[in-house]
Amino acid sequence: MDLKEKLVSSFLVFEDQAEVDSYVHDVRNDAIKIFEEKGFPSKKEEAWKYTSLNKILKEDYSVFPKQENALEYRDVKKYFIHDIDTYKIVFIDGKYSSHLSETTHDGMDVCLMSAALSKPKYRLVIENYFNKAATKDSLPSLNTAFSKEGAYIHIPKNKLVEKPIQIIHLSTGNESATLLQPRNLIVVDENSHVQIIERHQSLTDNAVLTNSVTEIFANKRAIVDYYKIQNDNANASLIDNTFIKQKRESVASVHTFAFGGKLIRNNLNFYQEGERIDSILKGVTIIGNKQHVDHNTLVHHIEPNCESHQDYKGIYNENSTGVFNGKIIVEKEAQKTNAFQSNNNILVSDKATINTKPQLEIFADDVKCSHGCTIGQLDEDAMFYMRSRGIPEKEAKALLMYAFSNNVLSSVKIREMKQRITKIIANKLGVNIGFDL
Amino acid sequence: MSKYTEDDLREELKTKEYEYGFYTDIESETFPNGINEDIVRAISKKKEEPQWMTDWRLEAFKVWKDMTEPDWANVNYKKPDFQGISYYSAPNSKPKYDSIDEVDPELLATFEKLGISLDEQKKLAGVAMDVVIDSVSVATTFKKTLGEKGIIFMSISEAIREHPELVKKHLGTVVPQKDNFYAALNSAVFSDGSFCYIPKGVRCPMELSTYFRINQAGTGQFERTLVIADEGSYVSYLEGCTAPSRDENQLHAAVVELIALDDAEIKYSTVQNWYPGNAEGKGGVYNFVTKRGLCEKNAKISWTQIETGSAVTWKYPSCILKGDNSVGEFYSIAVTNNYQQADTGTKMIHLGKNTKSTIISKGISAGKSQNSYRGLVQINSRAENARNFSQCDSLLMGNECGAHTFPYIEAKNKSAKIEHEATTSKIGEDQIFYCNQRGIDTEKAIALIVNGFSKEVLNKLPMEFAVEAQKLLEISLEGSVG
Repeated sequence: MDLKEKLVSSFLVFEDQAEVDSYVHDVRNDAIKIFEEKGFPSKKEEAWKYTSLNKILKEDYSVFPKQENALEYRDVKKYFIHDIDTYKIVFIDGKYSSHLSETTHDGMDVCLMSAALSKPKYRLVIENYFNKAATKDSLPSLNTAFSKEGAYIHIPKNKLVEKPIQIIHLSTGNESATLLQPRNLIVVDENSHVQIIERHQSLTDNAVLTNSVTEIFANKRAIVDYYKIQNDNANASLIDNTFIKQKRESVASVHTFAFGGKLIRNNLNFYQEGERIDSILKGVTIIGNKQHVDHNTLVHHIEPNCESHQDYKGIYNENSTGVFNGKIIVEKEAQKTNAFQSNNNILVSDKATINTKPQLEIFADDVKCSHGCTIGQLDEDAMFYMRSRGIPEKEAKALLMYAFSNNVLSSVKIREMKQRITKIIANKLGVNIGFDL
Repeated sequence: MSKYTEDDLREELKTKEYEYGFYTDIESETFPNGINEDIVRAISKKKEEPQWMTDWRLEAFKVWKDMTEPDWANVNYKKPDFQGISYYSAPNSKPKYDSIDEVDPELLATFEKLGISLDEQKKLAGVAMDVVIDSVSVATTFKKTLGEKGIIFMSISEAIREHPELVKKHLGTVVPQKDNFYAALNSAVFSDGSFCYIPKGVRCPMELSTYFRINQAGTGQFERTLVIADEGSYVSYLEGCTAPSRDENQLHAAVVELIALDDAEIKYSTVQNWYPGNAEGKGGVYNFVTKRGLCEKNAKISWTQIETGSAVTWKYPSCILKGDNSVGEFYSIAVTNNYQQADTGTKMIHLGKNTKSTIISKGISAGKSQNSYRGLVQINSRAENARNFSQCDSLLMGNECGAHTFPYIEAKNKSAKIEHEATTSKIGEDQIFYCNQRGIDTEKAIALIVNGFSKEVLNKLPMEFAVEAQKLLEISLEGSVG
């Protein structure tokens, strides 16, 4: 039985157990139908031209992981941004871990999807927002069908959330292969501001595949900063689908730090449904050793006077593969759009591959759209300058690469988070220097 | 450029007429609609081709039968009915009109603007010629000059008969029969085309052109061109015509193969101005072309194209940079107006070391048209120090048109240096204001700005083409100012 059949048949069991009201029930049933029809994406599809799921789909994933493993905070502390006070929503093998988490209902909701889906007081929000941004593609649909657990964050009007929120998915993997499908819903109402950090971490050598969907709604003048840390081990794969709907004058930014994992696919979609919206998409990718990272972004400019900024940097070592597919659509009505996209790559090894496709589809005439894409090497003059001043080759290289990715880091607003990323980069580049300190 | 005026051009066109003329036997005969093995055989027989050629065509036909029409391009059109087309229609020698007064005045006005001589106008519009121009002598001198240098320039059917060894060796090596749907179809049924061979170390003294060929009007839907530049040679080849061609053939599927051997250089310029359909988007030609060049060591291939015509264009002139130090270039202007759709671009495949490629693409869309750039830059793992620079600029006029860019970049070598940049903009109101202020009316101002926008590409065209192309741009965009 292949994975698709297995999933479709386990849906019946799943749906029996799930205690939900009829709205979500219908959404799930529609979603499984879409998945059944479309199946897993293949390389024949344009959006999956450079990324094949075949290998990772071969594993015999267990769809419903068994009882949760207890973890002690001190064992997993290093995966948290622990030096500042934060709200935490922690999942172990897809199950909520109350003793590692710190949630709140004080003036806002930072809690669980399972609660939101089942309790009547969330009903209105769920009906207004749940599955309203996610596309009807096969993988998001699969997630919708099995949507049960994840983070639910609702920030009401005029609220500045002082502490960042961390969403952490840990997998301990008792089974030989685990499939996780977390589902997050984040609604930020008028004039509110929130910072969220998301991380997926596998603690086992067993295969883990995460097919995650996050829906973010930034209402009028809301500010959302979202950070994704993807620094997983070599047997963990992640398909991350993030959909962001923005209303007028809102600002949403997503920083993606892809440092590891067997295969990472980021589908990041922005829909601008109002005027004077700003969308920011930034990413740093540093990978090696057979790893594969695919950034697939979409910015859909629907209304006039909006902006979008994309900046993705990639450093590819050994036999790694990088893909960047950035799409900007500017609708006819979206006059005075200012869309900027840049993708810069460094291939460190001869075995590394980069495929990039910055794509523009423009239907409005009064717009400023530009995209740039480069593939190149480190500047030899700069290397020489540093070498001649006594900086060893490895450190000199690392300094240049850090400088290369600094554009993206400089817009990270949480200081501790920036330090953490800097450390991970130093680690990745194999040097022991505190950059920017 | 300033010394060369429109009058000079007109003068030159008059005197140059039929300079490059050659003539193929014209028989008024049309095959029944549809395609099958017998039709392919019959075409081959009609052309008095040797057995190997017939087999080659049949092989292509076999592959084609199992292929499906590609639909990945960013264009929408009604798929042609391949069994509803006649695959061999000998150019019709009968004049369509008896006198120039019967010709569509709109067409004549366009000729006038392009500065095309009266005789040329008649020929292009299909009017019976009352003045017979003695082209034979001109053609003979021309052929003699080429002959002295050992250059072979003839129609491909002639070449199949007279130089089978050359054709057999090279035909289909760059664009194989099974390359794609349209290339396979073309391989099976191509009616005619040009063949050109430049021997070792020869620099072709003149621009080779199909422009003034007498039977231009009926060149056929399935043209096949093969240009071979032997070691160290150079040739510049012009294709197409700035004058609008009113062609009844709806589907055009041409194949062009260029082979540049060691140290050779080929410059291939195209001006395409097939009938784009009327302002409501009815009619018009589908132009599905496969063009590809192969560069051996130190060779260079340069494509320059001005695309203004056709209802649907689907065209990607490509370079395979196989030899070390080879160079590929692509310069393009694609203009779409009304309901035209263009999906055009290039492929640069870097296989050899130190290979370089440059892509400059300028898209101008007006009216309700859709203009796409689709390009691939591929750096193979053994292509050390490959270098690519791409620039795609789009200019939008009005808010009902679209401009799209689909650049694919695939690098497998760490020493590759690739740059890609694209911009989209409209003509600035301040630019127009600046011109208006200085007494230049808006239409002229736009022409001026468009010219400036496309200058980089226009400069790459051979002189006599450049002037006409400039005019063509103006005409194509006429009336698009809102």
